[in-house]
Amino acid sequence: MAAHGAVQHRQGLSNGMLGFILFVASEVMFFGGLFAAYFIARADAPSWPPTELLTEEQLAAGVELHLEWVLPTIATVLLVLSSVTIQIGVMQIQRGNRTALMWWLFVSIVLGLIFLAMQMYDYAQLPFRADDTIFGTTFYTLTGFHGAHVAGGVIFMLVVLVRSAGGQFDAGNHEAVEACSFYWHFVDVVWLALFTTLYIVGPRS
Amino acid sequence: MATIAVPRTGSAFRPAVLDWLTTVDHKKLGILYLYFTMFFFAVGGILALLVRTQLAVADSTFVSNDAYNQIFTMHASAMLFLFIIPIWAAFGNYIVPLQIGAVDMAFPRINALSFWLLPPAGILMFSGFFFGGSADAGWTAYSPLARNTGTGMDLWIIAVILLGISSTIGAANFLVTMFRMRAPGMTMFRMPVFCWNVLVTSILQLLATPVLAAALCMLYIDRNFGGSFFDPNGGGNVILWQNVFWFYSHPAVYIMILPGMGIVSEILPVFARKPLFGYKAFVFATLGIGGLGFSVWAHHMFTTGAVLKPFFGFMTFMIGVPTGVKIFNWLATLWRGSITFEPPMLFALGFVSMFLIGGINGTYSAAVPVDFAIHDTYFVVAHIHYVLFGGSVFAVFGGLYYWFPKFFGRRLNDKLGVTQFVLMIVGFNLAFFPMHLLGLDGMPRRIATYNEADWEALNMASTIGAFLIGVSMIPFLIAVVAAFMRPKDQPDDPWEGNTLEWATTSPPPVHNFDSLPEIHSERPLFDQRHGIGGHGVHPATGEGRG
Ligand code: HEM
Ligand SMILES: [Cu+2]
Repeated sequence: MAAHGAVQHRQGLSNGMLGFILFVASEVMFFGGLFAAYFIARADAPSWPPTELLTEEQLAAGVELHLEWVLPTIATVLLVLSSVTIQIGVMQIQRGNRTALMWWLFVSIVLGLIFLAMQMYDYAQLPFRADDTIFGTTFYTLTGFHGAHVAGGVIFMLVVLVRSAGGQFDAGNHEAVEACSFYWHFVDVVWLALFTTLYIVGPRS
Repeated sequence: MATIAVPRTGSAFRPAVLDWLTTVDHKKLGILYLYFTMFFFAVGGILALLVRTQLAVADSTFVSNDAYNQIFTMHASAMLFLFIIPIWAAFGNYIVPLQIGAVDMAFPRINALSFWLLPPAGILMFSGFFFGGSADAGWTAYSPLARNTGTGMDLWIIAVILLGISSTIGAANFLVTMFRMRAPGMTMFRMPVFCWNVLVTSILQLLATPVLAAALCMLYIDRNFGGSFFDPNGGGNVILWQNVFWFYSHPAVYIMILPGMGIVSEILPVFARKPLFGYKAFVFATLGIGGLGFSVWAHHMFTTGAVLKPFFGFMTFMIGVPTGVKIFNWLATLWRGSITFEPPMLFALGFVSMFLIGGINGTYSAAVPVDFAIHDTYFVVAHIHYVLFGGSVFAVFGGLYYWFPKFFGRRLNDKLGVTQFVLMIVGFNLAFFPMHLLGLDGMPRRIATYNEADWEALNMASTIGAFLIGVSMIPFLIAVVAAFMRPKDQPDDPWEGNTLEWATTSPPPVHNFDSLPEIHSERPLFDQRHGIGGHGVHPATGEGRG
């Protein structure tokens, strides 16, 4: 398939990178759909969180519609930090330093895992569930799908880590690393949008 | 000896099967798409005949109400999600790389993945019948019905998500292929119109399908995890489903028609022996339809009262403009052409005339007051069939007759093709024209039976028409079988085509081209035949090829 290579090395993005960007564009639309659901629900509700929707049974069971924000704030800082660390990794491999790339990947993976652990802990202690009104449904759906993407990103970084441990990637050839960091930034940006929406814009009466 | 011969033929057979199962060749995948989608065309067609049998007379008891709901739901789901949408990937896969002079798609293995997501999806969707009934909330799956109905609905949701993934990654593949794999000289504005239509379709698929996936995930969460997305008791909103669903499904109607328009725009110039009139206008009209397609979804929701009617009505009228431009492109292409009426041309002309009717009655429905009268009546059923059957399905058969020699090296018999066309267009109009009148008379869609005696005659006519369409498949099947019983005898370019797929053997070798003609316009083969712009060189005329 020599023709493949010949065409690939025309100027600009490679086929793989362009395909990957298109894939991320479709992901943006996916989250767009979920966000739209959240905003429509929020606009419809008499107040937000819509406490008046809770039934007698839910109240008796101790359901409360409020979010815990300390832990998510720390998690946000860690996730933003991981975007920085993976970018440093990319800059290292651009200079051909594969060992440094591996260290920075490792740090990013650990940060991603801590984020996920914090999210799990947060889920465990929140006083409402996915079936407690549209508030619970949207919260768990949005953060849950995001969490799944974080997990996907961690796996992606692990693959890149294993491949660099196997001696792949150098200054001239590290497209998978770039794609991986691009994906990780995307996951990060989605989280920032989510954090802003859920925690900063927050309640409305 | 026999004991030796058996394993030997077995081993010769197995690699052939294995070859098809593991292929990443865009041509073979295209053929696999074709077989898969034609199978579900047959399944969907049989379900349609059940629907028409039930509705032929008033107070019918041919099937129960429950069965009827499942049958019409699965008819539409099969026809849209398992036939029309993926069959464009069949043509796209086979033809796009050839038309742009590429060796394959940009990502051959992802291409195989796109295809292999389809069979599990088809099986899942239909397996509902074995789990207490298939999905039965219509292909539009509105809540509250879709929230509350049986397990078949969950299987349907998962199937449609799988199909969505297939078409999203397929779209990315087509886009990268067309952006980056074009042969030297094949600029964007020399790409055949079919490719342009697949390109715009792919953009719509890439950006709209994930929104459907989001909607389906929400429905799944509502049904299985106690979610409240579409439940007003929990603060949700049933209209939300309609918004997200149509945000996908209006663009999806263009996903279902644009490649068909592309096929027709390939056929008309060849059989009228003229270039396509207004190539650039056509390309921009296609882009315009793609862009506007995202701003009209709420014309499906006028009667909810929850949408900005003047805006969506106006935008829907606007989308008639680029659509009209295309109609004029086609008519002007035919004008003073030296037209011959081989089967591909007949189906293409069928497309133009039937789609015109569908476009006009669609534009009627865009007028909000009219829509209030005809919404959810058989008038809408007439509209969708004039665009989707009179449009898309006629284009499918046009494309099949046109490219069959390229796909299989054999030609479908012309007489059988003409017979099929005549039966199909008569049957089609008999089946669907009466639905306009029934709709205007107030017959609601999606009802299992009716007791108005005045609706009987038109319904009976419609049923007869539907069976005539069924009969029209017989000459087609005979033509296919007859073609496969003959040896491959087709030349590279049996129709005097204009585009690059005709510059290679029929069927093409694995690597597609031994050599490419020079490309100076959007009709490289025409140029080559007439020695235009070729610096006197005539490369790859087929000389010396086995
Ligand atoms: C001139 C362009 C078109 C216009 C102005 C138009 C307009 C409309 C309108 C206003 C409706 C809503 C009717 C109602 O439910 O009350 C509708 C329904 C529909 N249209 Fe079109 N349409 C056009 C072209 C197409 C094309 C090209 C296709 C597909 C190939 C298509 C497929 C459908 C389908 C499937 C529905 C019904 C969906 C359902 O409720 O099940 N339309 N159209
Ligand atoms: Cu529409």
